[in-house]
Amino acid sequence: MIEQIFPNVEWPVMWEATYETIYMTVISVVITFILGLALGLLLFLTSKGNLWENKIVYAITTAFVNIFRSIPFIILIVLLIPFTRFLLGTIRGADAALPALIIGAAPFYARMVEIALREIDKGVIEAARSMGAKVSTIVMKVLIPESLPALISGITVTAIALVGYTAMAGVIGAGGLGNLAFLDGFQRSRDDVTLAATIIILVIVFIIQFFGDFFTNKLDKR
Amino acid sequence: MITISDVKKVFKTKSGSLTAVDNVNLEINEGEIFGVIGYSGAGKSTLIRMLNGLEQPSEGKVDINGKLISSIRGGDLRKARQKISMIFQHFNLLWSRSVKDNISFPLEIAGVPKQERLKRVNELIELVGLEGRGDAYPSQLSGGQKQRVGIARALANDPEVLLCDEATSALDPQTTDSILELLVDINKRLGLTIVLITHEMHVIRKICHRVAVMEDGKVVELGDVLDVFKQPKEQITKRFVQQVTEPEETKETIAHLLEEYQDGEVVKLTFVGESAGQPVVTNLIRSFDLQVNILQGKISQTQHGAYGSLFIHLHGKPDELARAIEFLQAASVGVEVITHD
Repeated sequence: MIEQIFPNVEWPVMWEATYETIYMTVISVVITFILGLALGLLLFLTSKGNLWENKIVYAITTAFVNIFRSIPFIILIVLLIPFTRFLLGTIRGADAALPALIIGAAPFYARMVEIALREIDKGVIEAARSMGAKVSTIVMKVLIPESLPALISGITVTAIALVGYTAMAGVIGAGGLGNLAFLDGFQRSRDDVTLAATIIILVIVFIIQFFGDFFTNKLDKR
Repeated sequence: MITISDVKKVFKTKSGSLTAVDNVNLEINEGEIFGVIGYSGAGKSTLIRMLNGLEQPSEGKVDINGKLISSIRGGDLRKARQKISMIFQHFNLLWSRSVKDNISFPLEIAGVPKQERLKRVNELIELVGLEGRGDAYPSQLSGGQKQRVGIARALANDPEVLLCDEATSALDPQTTDSILELLVDINKRLGLTIVLITHEMHVIRKICHRVAVMEDGKVVELGDVLDVFKQPKEQITKRFVQQVTEPEETKETIAHLLEEYQDGEVVKLTFVGESAGQPVVTNLIRSFDLQVNILQGKISQTQHGAYGSLFIHLHGKPDELARAIEFLQAASVGVEVITHD
């Protein structure tokens, strides 16, 4: 049955590509989460009326975030080729896609983090200050826990965008399902390969969305 | 205990500078419940925030128990804040934490070990009357219960001072009273100094020992609550006192009465402390050949005694009337003859 629908699909190759896609997505999501959170916190804390209010730092961070957020991903990959080669010694393979994925996604997520943190009631931060909390305590025990549902739904959206980015990265030789669909499916006119790769990508996206929604709802005690 | 000397706070805004607090001097005693009343924008919020260093004064000094709050910074200020707690109009609880964990938060900040934290949290839950609600989340609580959590949280580190920032303004009248009773109870039981700001004279009347009235950043009147009720000097203070003693409709009623009783006198008697308990009206009726008609009256309880007002209409011969009013004045009640105007 499956053989008939997908006559040209070589399943071991397909699973290998799936593994590469998942690998790229997971690693880049984890690092994007950490970097984006740090950048988002910096944006929030240095913005007007907040704990580390600092116009210069805020302006620099904003400029950095805006620039990398605006460059189309496919161009970002090309622009980062020298950087990737310097870092990893190669521009092929799943690892070589990671710098571009992270640099493309972290600023995007940083903005979402900033928005999530702005939603926190200022009074709660004031209350923590009135109890004698340090900024680090406020970050760890107030800012992050109080915005966690929004942080999780933000990383869900970012992770799904990253799945799309990995497919694009595949086109320039990073491997994964995008690569397979493009080279094996599109260029050799094997529509069933493209279809199978697309279905697997869809399943990955649905799984991410499901867990994202699940945790967002579970954590939201409002 | 708390000394505020020559404190001034100027905010720089785009349209110039705004003086929120203007040369305020106050002395607040240990174990006292001290109220600051004013309309919004009077500077009372800024003033109370200078007591725990959330705002720094532009000029002047704030001294609490020998610590110069207005000039310490960093770790010293954070340490001092653990002994100067604050509760808020909108409670400011962490929604992501349960009641227990909210109360535990200041203890975590102070570095109290876990075992001790649990013990202390349970004591506090009992103290504020929230037994059985420890595992609930703030979103599952009523406003009054949320403020009780706020109070428990504020008491966690055995503070010396409790600052109340419009702590009852978001609550309905009944809940307000129960929270105020809790504050009085804490004040008596723990000997805690309480500083509260409010725009409701009811709150001042019910729990404060002394009151400062603020207008345009200045303290315009200061004194024992009962004295301020008895003899409000400033126009703004009179308006606040009327909030409690004369309900909204009184003015209309009086105007109506003056229309109706064209002869005789409408007299407002004010009773303070001792005199509130005396049978003044009975004596009046017995001693003078007058018709006495009680129009409206109210007695309010303060921390230092009762305060009341009574509107009566006196009808009789003019000389008898004059002697009756003299008698009333001698009976240590406030007398004000309301005239047609």
